[in-house]
Amino acid sequence: MTTPTHCPYCALQCGMNVAAGGVITPREDVPANGGALCQKGWTAGELLSSPERLTTPLMRTGGELVPVDWETALSRITGEIRRIQAGHGPDGVAVFGGGGLTNEKAYQLGKFARVALRTSNIDYNGRFCMSSAAAAAQRAFGLDRGLPFPVTDLARADVVLLAGGNVAETMPPFVRHLAEARRRGGRLIVIDPRETATARQADLHLRLTPGTDLALALGLLHLVIADGHADEEYIAARTTGWAEIASSVSAYWPERVERVTGVPAADLRRAARLLGAPGNRVILTARGAEQQSKGTDTVTAFINLALALGLPGTPGSGWGCVTGQGNGQGGREHGQKADQLPGYRRIDDPAAREHVARVWGVDPADLPGPGPSAYELLDSLGGEGGPRALLVFGSNPAVSAPRAGRIARRLRALDFLCVSDLVLSETAALADVVLPAAQWAEEDGTMTNLEGRVLRRRRAVEPPPGVRTDLWVLAELAVRLGARGFRREPYDVFEELRRASAGGAADYSGIGYERLDREGGVFWPCPAEGHPGTPRVFLDRFATPDGRARFVPVDHRAPAEDVDEEYPLYLTTGRVLAQYQSGAQTRRIRPLAEAAPEPFVELHPDLAERLALAPGDRARVTSRRGTAEAPVRISTAIRPDTVFMPFHWPGANLLTSDALDPVSRMPEFKVCAVRVQAARPVEVAP
Amino acid sequence: MRLVVVGNGMAGSRLVSEVRARSRDVRVTVFGEEAWQPYNRVLLSNVLAGTASPGQIRMQGPSWYADHDVTARLGVRVTRIDREARVVEAEDGTREPYDVCVLATGSEAVVPPIPGLAGERVVAFRTLDDCEAILRAAEGARRAIVIGGGLLGVEAARGLAGRGLPVTVLHLADHLMERQLDAEAGHVLAGTLAGLGVGVRLGVTITAVRADGSAELEGGEVVPGDLVVVACGVRPVAGLARDAGLAVDRGVLVDDRMRTSDPAIYAVGECAQHDGTVYGLVAPAWEQAGVAAAVLTGGEARYTGSRLVTRLKAAEVELAAMGETHLTDEDAEIVRFAHPARGTYRKLVIRDDRLVGAILVGETGAVGTLTQLYDRGTPLPGDRATLLFPGLAGPAAAESPTLMPDSATVCHCNNVSKRAIRACWESGARDVAAVAEGTRATTGCGTCRGAVEGLLSWLNRQDAEAPAG
Repeated sequence: MTTPTHCPYCALQCGMNVAAGGVITPREDVPANGGALCQKGWTAGELLSSPERLTTPLMRTGGELVPVDWETALSRITGEIRRIQAGHGPDGVAVFGGGGLTNEKAYQLGKFARVALRTSNIDYNGRFCMSSAAAAAQRAFGLDRGLPFPVTDLARADVVLLAGGNVAETMPPFVRHLAEARRRGGRLIVIDPRETATARQADLHLRLTPGTDLALALGLLHLVIADGHADEEYIAARTTGWAEIASSVSAYWPERVERVTGVPAADLRRAARLLGAPGNRVILTARGAEQQSKGTDTVTAFINLALALGLPGTPGSGWGCVTGQGNGQGGREHGQKADQLPGYRRIDDPAAREHVARVWGVDPADLPGPGPSAYELLDSLGGEGGPRALLVFGSNPAVSAPRAGRIARRLRALDFLCVSDLVLSETAALADVVLPAAQWAEEDGTMTNLEGRVLRRRRAVEPPPGVRTDLWVLAELAVRLGARGFRREPYDVFEELRRASAGGAADYSGIGYERLDREGGVFWPCPAEGHPGTPRVFLDRFATPDGRARFVPVDHRAPAEDVDEEYPLYLTTGRVLAQYQSGAQTRRIRPLAEAAPEPFVELHPDLAERLALAPGDRARVTSRRGTAEAPVRISTAIRPDTVFMPFHWPGANLLTSDALDPVSRMPEFKVCAVRVQAARPVEVAP
Repeated sequence: MRLVVVGNGMAGSRLVSEVRARSRDVRVTVFGEEAWQPYNRVLLSNVLAGTASPGQIRMQGPSWYADHDVTARLGVRVTRIDREARVVEAEDGTREPYDVCVLATGSEAVVPPIPGLAGERVVAFRTLDDCEAILRAAEGARRAIVIGGGLLGVEAARGLAGRGLPVTVLHLADHLMERQLDAEAGHVLAGTLAGLGVGVRLGVTITAVRADGSAELEGGEVVPGDLVVVACGVRPVAGLARDAGLAVDRGVLVDDRMRTSDPAIYAVGECAQHDGTVYGLVAPAWEQAGVAAAVLTGGEARYTGSRLVTRLKAAEVELAAMGETHLTDEDAEIVRFAHPARGTYRKLVIRDDRLVGAILVGETGAVGTLTQLYDRGTPLPGDRATLLFPGLAGPAAAESPTLMPDSATVCHCNNVSKRAIRACWESGARDVAAVAEGTRATTGCGTCRGAVEGLLSWLNRQDAEAPAG
């Protein structure tokens, strides 16, 4: 007996069957993966029976986390919430969610914060993932759906430009769509400072200086215009703001962009020529371009490029964001974001408040307003006027937040920290109460993948005794705090989510579990049960008031922290194939830990020679914010002026920058200045 | 604060937008002698070559001034600066008071004292108006002469040749672009241009330009032509500053804050002279505009000079030059590769392990890396060859799976080694499906399928060839 469901990890949400004992086989009937899985997917079942699973609540007693029963844990949590809110008001308690939570959990978490806690302090780790792309898409199209078209469209593309994404490691089955496109004669252009596994498959690799993606995009648009490839007819019919655009990129002629980015002008011209030729063309952005203090403007520049070429809303073509986390799409639609209510509504929109308050059975005036963004929220914990308590669901910010050393200090400064997780993550280890949560194959729910396709996650195995779902926990806490209307069953929560999302941008009201079971998946918006869903948005109009996409002129600026004499190298961070996010799950899976056992510092041979570092030596990497050590790997895949560290282990984010994008509040994970030296060998204690 | 900017070219317009980006409070008036909205002078060669239209090189949209609350006096020449009264006087009689004035008057084309250069068929190449005049003249022309073989002259010549007009460049010096290139690079460039319809005459002195557009050389030879483009370099426009009593050498003297000898007056761009240098490229002008904008809005900034990188903008002629290209083996470490038959020349000039100059002609694949090494003064790798030939440092081509060591990973998505695939084969797997079943190789991104197939056929072959035991 096997249960068809989807992978616990990335936003591709590969279809898989889970059999007894957590044995996994790929599903052929899910278009995103079509029978493929990477090692993460194949081995996902190992965590179901891992001895590292949490199976009972833990409470800090005398400095140690010790097992307690649920009643004790829940009483402690509600007691702390009451005590702290009595002294510090509703905002004294904060909530931090995750992009891996199901739609039901993300929705319930947002409702819990606004209705049961009445706090404005809620945000989630998706702020560190797709927020720049989301902000740019909102401002251009009036709607943020990562891929506005099915992922299978990529296989019919004549040109795919991928800016700052390494899908060959992050979501390997995605590469099948690109490979199919190439087999049919399509071309792949990859923009990345590193010669990644993805870049090695590209027909053209633009190997830019970290933090210069924006200049590169402006340079490509300059060339597209100069070469006469702008689609004037499309621009006139479907966009506004074009008049300012040509002059806004006039200063980005190829030779100047070459000097800023380090990409030869001839390669820029080659890329522009490929993009300018007729055919299906897709421009994709991912974290490399987005996780910068100018990420929103960078994505805007790529969207401007796509609009000038006439791609968005044209079947077979378009711009899209390669969403990262498993429910990174759905997780950003239903209200765990600081400024948001379900259905991708804005919390400062009176009509939205009215609608959602009615579904929730509360007075709109009682809903809190927008709160601070993820990093700002974490940075305010335990400080002057900041929250005194934090509840964390499905996130490990002690490892994944930028400037993580500071964030760990903020977490320690709290009066009370509660973490719900499957395992004792680094964040859970700091908590006062840890709750053992059910994991993917043990629960029902829905996930919305990178295409905006709503999918059914199904319970394949019973959770271990003592483990509860986050929905159950939130409902229990709500009742104890005197709030009504919190359901425990995913089906019931989803039915409520449907009503709450109705009429919003991300309208799920026509989607139900039975329909998902029947059809396999439905693309939102789907405003009625008879509605077919929307595989391709923007075909007729954009979601702006006038139906036109908006060109927004943007300008390049340097990274918040550039290299100098003291910190002469760029650090960029990223992923390896066998690990996922902060590694809390994947580091505990044996075959993955064997494939990728530890962090490393990747250096170019020229740099290694200059620093007298050999493979296997330990390097110490220092930024203005912290120090991390890891063994050296030497590779020509990295630029000589840049070092790379994967962020799946504690370390890399001790170094990263907390400069924020002014619009999306995305931290600048992808570029900061460091120095590297040999670390003294660690003395092994006898 | 009232800011008056004199000059609306690359430097002046940049200054205005930089000031506005920093402050909404400054009242800004800008005078532009040209009636055009500011345009990108760097791209004039592209207009000449037909690869850009005048509309495409505009630096600001039509409503920029209104949107940004800037008063633009376009097509109005400034005649005098009254430093006593702090007033700028314009030719239309208006007087504009200032608290701070910025001179961005740029430079003007040098027209050598050759008889006939005032003729109808002669046009200097400096402004968008010049550009349009050249294009009008080129329509009826059969043969063009470009006087001057510097950067602008070469770009102009290439642009006109690209429009199908045979061109002869007449150059006084012994090789092209002698300020940026050494002799050998200049000759390689001339060879490349010859193949594109541009003839080059070096070391020639013109005695007169005839009314029909042909040129007489010293010694009596006549070079035929019916259009003459003058590209003999530029000189700073510093007359206003000189008349106002400011300190002027070749350009208006400025300090590290871009202030002239009058602290209420700044100068930026090609009219300014900083630390003995007048810059003729846009990058320094923009750096200076950034510094001046920061300082006059109350910020802290210093201009410490610019590193010069020259990129020729001419179709099918790849050329980059930076820094001190004329040093020889006696003064510096020189790394050089020349292949004139292929139009290729590459030269690195190294001092104290730093790149202080470079020339690339023909192929410029290394230019991004070299420019950054030069700009940042980063120590160079011991092996200089990889700098000249970036391909050399690339990763080894994908190894044949048969030659891989047993420990090598064949399927990265599922971390499957060659050893594991061999073991799977030894236990009976004979095709990709069976190997996938046994090891999960090929089930991720699928790109290792070819490698697994190769490995299997190699194992099968070895098996067939093995002596029966």
